Amino acid sequence: MLEETVPLSHYLMLSATLFVIGVAGVLIRRNVIVVFMSIEIMLNAVNISLISFDHYMNLSNGQIFSFMVMCVAAAEVSVGLAIIIAMHRNKPTVNLDDFNLLKW
Amino acid sequence: MLLKLTCLIPLYPLIGSIINGFFGLKIGKKAVGFIACGSMILSFLTSVLVYVGYLMLPEGQHVYEQVAWTWFGAGDFIVDFGFQIDPLTLVMMFVVTGVGSIIHVYAVGYMQEEFSYYRFFAYFNLFASAMLLLVMGNNFLLMFIGWEGVGCCSYFLIGYYFEKKSACDAGTKAFVVNRVGDFAFLLAVMYIFNVFGTIDFTDVMHAAPEKLIYGGEIVTIITMLLFVGATGKSAQIPLYTWLPDAMEGPTPVSALIHAATMVTAGVYMVVRCSVLFNLSPMTMTVVAFIGGGPAVMAATIGMTQFDIKRVLAYSTVSQIGYMFLACGVGAYTAAIFHLVTHAFFKACLFLGSGSVIHGIHGEQDMRKMGGLKKHMPVTYWTFVVSTLAIAGIFPLSGFFSKDEVLYHSLMDGNIIFWGMGVSAALLTAFYMFRLVFMTFHGESRVDPSVHPHESPKVMTMPLVILAGLATVGGLLGIPFHHWWHMHILHSWLEPVLHFDLASALQHSEHMLHQAGQHAPSWTHLLEPTEHQWWTELLLMCFSLAVAVVGIFGAYMFYIKRPDLPDKFTEGQWGLDMVQNKYYVDELYDDAFVQPTIEGSKLLWKECDAKAIDGTVNGTAKIIGWCSRQAQTLQSGFVRNYALFIVVGFISLLLVMF
Repeated sequence: MLEETVPLSHYLMLSATLFVIGVAGVLIRRNVIVVFMSIEIMLNAVNISLISFDHYMNLSNGQIFSFMVMCVAAAEVSVGLAIIIAMHRNKPTVNLDDFNLLKW
Repeated sequence: MLLKLTCLIPLYPLIGSIINGFFGLKIGKKAVGFIACGSMILSFLTSVLVYVGYLMLPEGQHVYEQVAWTWFGAGDFIVDFGFQIDPLTLVMMFVVTGVGSIIHVYAVGYMQEEFSYYRFFAYFNLFASAMLLLVMGNNFLLMFIGWEGVGCCSYFLIGYYFEKKSACDAGTKAFVVNRVGDFAFLLAVMYIFNVFGTIDFTDVMHAAPEKLIYGGEIVTIITMLLFVGATGKSAQIPLYTWLPDAMEGPTPVSALIHAATMVTAGVYMVVRCSVLFNLSPMTMTVVAFIGGGPAVMAATIGMTQFDIKRVLAYSTVSQIGYMFLACGVGAYTAAIFHLVTHAFFKACLFLGSGSVIHGIHGEQDMRKMGGLKKHMPVTYWTFVVSTLAIAGIFPLSGFFSKDEVLYHSLMDGNIIFWGMGVSAALLTAFYMFRLVFMTFHGESRVDPSVHPHESPKVMTMPLVILAGLATVGGLLGIPFHHWWHMHILHSWLEPVLHFDLASALQHSEHMLHQAGQHAPSWTHLLEPTEHQWWTELLLMCFSLAVAVVGIFGAYMFYIKRPDLPDKFTEGQWGLDMVQNKYYVDELYDDAFVQPTIEGSKLLWKECDAKAIDGTVNGTAKIIGWCSRQAQTLQSGFVRNYALFIVVGFISLLLVMF
């Protein structure tokens, strides 16, 4: 059985690794699209931990919550991409460092 | 009951002032004049009714108090907004409302050409109201309200021609100099409350002989402070310098405020507190000297001035000096008597000078007058009557009042006081007739383009009335007491001035014994002074002779031999000094005004501009610097912000686990 062979900690490690990759992507990459994707990776890393906790505790709350996260992610993607397109129309670049007008 | 009308007396002018002040421009000059005079005359008539009511008081009751409301109370300190009617108040009320009404009527004619007619009358009425509050209030604090009120109105009215720099300066000077005195007065009131626990006149005067030691420190300090307050308002040494400058105001102002009423407030206050002053022989001596000094000094300055109103101003200082001289020797009746007669003849003189100024289109320099007798006969004759009165010629009012002052200064005082009084009388007669001769007699030195004319009836009628009063005013105090034990004013004021020295001394002795001290011997104070009718008669003749000498001197100098004054004064070192008013103004300027200005500049530049502004601006600068340092955090790079979030989250985790 799956639960005997793969313990919970592995799932959590996977989740954490994915999350850190996402964080690193947000912090390091300059391409807006890649940053955006990194955010999605973080969301999905959270989803993995939610579902694995759910499974190991025999509950269904986590699954419902992960659906919730997906919905939000989908909505966020549509809004975020729209923003990126609007930005791109304004300034023909996807380099995040070029968008630094919002400061003192 | 007629006495119930008391509170209306100061209210009428106040209402008049409010109407004129707020609606004066809309209702027109006629209505403004009507309201101003009407309110004063109403106030006068009400005073008459109150007088009748006072006469109907039951035997033995001398004071009527009407408390309108409790002004404020804080613990034991309760101040009523109340009025007090007693003989002294009645006298002052009649002077203020009577002379005030006459001057209001005159002002209607005098100010006719002025644009801000309504402003003038609003202030004028407000002044009358404040003065009535001053004389009618039943406690020190209410008196202080009136005291400040008249000072304030005086400032408004001196600075009436505010386009003129000199008028503004004069107003400021009057206000600031008065403030010095007012401050001392306020200190005195505080001290009185500290000692007596009340500031009601009746209570304080009643308790004074029992609570204060005769000649003790407390009473001396209180009376000295009160007297400093009085010197401010009454233009005495050392605070008299504002009065001559106050002549910048319109002439009716000089007549009402700076001759007949406001400047007498100090005398009124001293007489009102006569019980306190009686308890302090040291203060009394100071009062007499301060009174006698200016009487002579101001008279000498008056001899050398050429501005017709300034001569009268110095004469006012001199005459009020007389009143204080009388107060200082304990002859309060004489002081009030001179106050009343002075109000009559000095108001008449000022209004007469106003009529002259009006008739020759604003010229005030006597060197540009002369020969005006035939052009303005009414003004001339009323002026002469008042001048004779102030010079002390029998049987005009000034003769009796001045003589009473001189008599008491010799009998109750000493020969020095009397000497000062007599020399002032001589000088008064001289400079007043110098004024008359230079203005009305001799050759006309008037600018040929000016055609002198007599003033309209509305101005000459008040002159005639005041000249009449100046003639008969002496009846109040003809010293009949030697023969029939009768002196109208003295017996009238007796309830206010009553002071039992013997019992006061007994109380003082008792208090000193309780404190374990030895009381000095006071027996000599209780010996009655001999008053003999022939001394008074002799003194009368003497002062009359002195006045005649003064007049004759003026006649010689200014009619017979007009070249004499120049010859006489040529090369005299003293003249320069007198003409420049003994350099007192310059002295004050150097001693007080300039240091204050310099000090203020120092405070402004060093303290205000550097210390205070420095602190405020420095704080702002420091905060600005910090912000500039912190603003680099907001780089505009989204990834930086994300980094901060991550760093923050991680450090939070580290802290928690």
